[in-house]
Amino acid sequence: MLRMTLAAWAAAFLAVSPLAAHEVKVGNLELTQLWARATPPNAPTAGGYLTIANRGAEPDTLVAAASPLAAKGELHVMAMKDGIMTMRPVEGGIEIPGGGSVTLAPDGLHIMFVGPKAPLREGDRFPVSLTFAKAGKVDTFLHVLAIGAKGYGDHDMPDMKMAP
Amino acid sequence: MNGLRAIRIGLWAIVGLAAIAVVALTVGTGPDSLLGRFLTGGEPAAGSPGVGSVGGPFSLVNQRGETVTEAALKGHPSALFFGYTYCPDVCPTTLADLTAWMKELGPDADRLKVFFVTVDPERDTVEQMAAYLAAFDPRITGLTGPPPAIDAMLKEYRIYARKVPQEGGGYLMDHSAAVYLFDNNAAFTATVDYTDPPSAALAKLKRLVGVS
Repeated sequence: MLRMTLAAWAAAFLAVSPLAAHEVKVGNLELTQLWARATPPNAPTAGGYLTIANRGAEPDTLVAAASPLAAKGELHVMAMKDGIMTMRPVEGGIEIPGGGSVTLAPDGLHIMFVGPKAPLREGDRFPVSLTFAKAGKVDTFLHVLAIGAKGYGDHDMPDMKMAP
Repeated sequence: MNGLRAIRIGLWAIVGLAAIAVVALTVGTGPDSLLGRFLTGGEPAAGSPGVGSVGGPFSLVNQRGETVTEAALKGHPSALFFGYTYCPDVCPTTLADLTAWMKELGPDADRLKVFFVTVDPERDTVEQMAAYLAAFDPRITGLTGPPPAIDAMLKEYRIYARKVPQEGGGYLMDHSAAVYLFDNNAAFTATVDYTDPPSAALAKLKRLVGVS
């Protein structure tokens, strides 16, 4: 299921960020920029993010996310209004329109892992299972970036070791 | 002609005021709405606190178990951020930002006292705050305490916080996400908003500690 594309490897060597990017295909879906944030000690939750592109004509829906290293995974959306942060579970999952894409990123849609078994450390790979209504289930991993990372290509993050 | 123009301007002013009134009514006046809190509190709403209306006495406990009161805000500039350790997004981001800004300020940051006040005292015990804050600048002081003491402080500092129950018994917190800045006399001066670009945030902190 998990495939390193030539482009991804090239990007890994050429990009400012020395991340070994990976891309996952499941059915008509392409998953890229899979990452999670490192957590402070004792943090009871962790955020997970990715971009999902739908190459098919029909919409698909991310209905569940889980990790063997967390008690459970939930799909959430965060919003900022009048300086107040609100966070809510996403009812019915996250739909990816046919021919479209959806990005889970800080300050918006995200996977919230509740009860990580250990802190997520920068440079680690955090295993994740994603279940889509049509494409089915895929097991992959998220690259763990710095605690303050704001996006996959966050240039502010400290140097990372190249993944093998 | 000038008279006509004056009338026209006057009429538009009335239209403008009416529009503001309509917006105020539409936004809502329930007890949980911003405006509701604004009306019941008789003070500016949490999102846009007025100078002088934010602040007051408190008595809480830091991550070392020591009592901290409003006296800790006197004699130096302070930055207060309200959040909770169960928060996966805004809180670690803001604490990481504060850590980065303090590093950027260098020795000037020693004058600045930075506080992370929990809005979730039931889960954020002294031990939890101590463990969590170990990942950030050691100069950041975590504050927790009995729920009534936290509630009192949130009210004094015009901080919005609301528990949102979840299926399965857990809960999330909606809360004000800005960093509140106070001068040497513990008078509220400005906020660093979550949406401020890093350069603007740093400029506000530099102004606060008196470096340009």
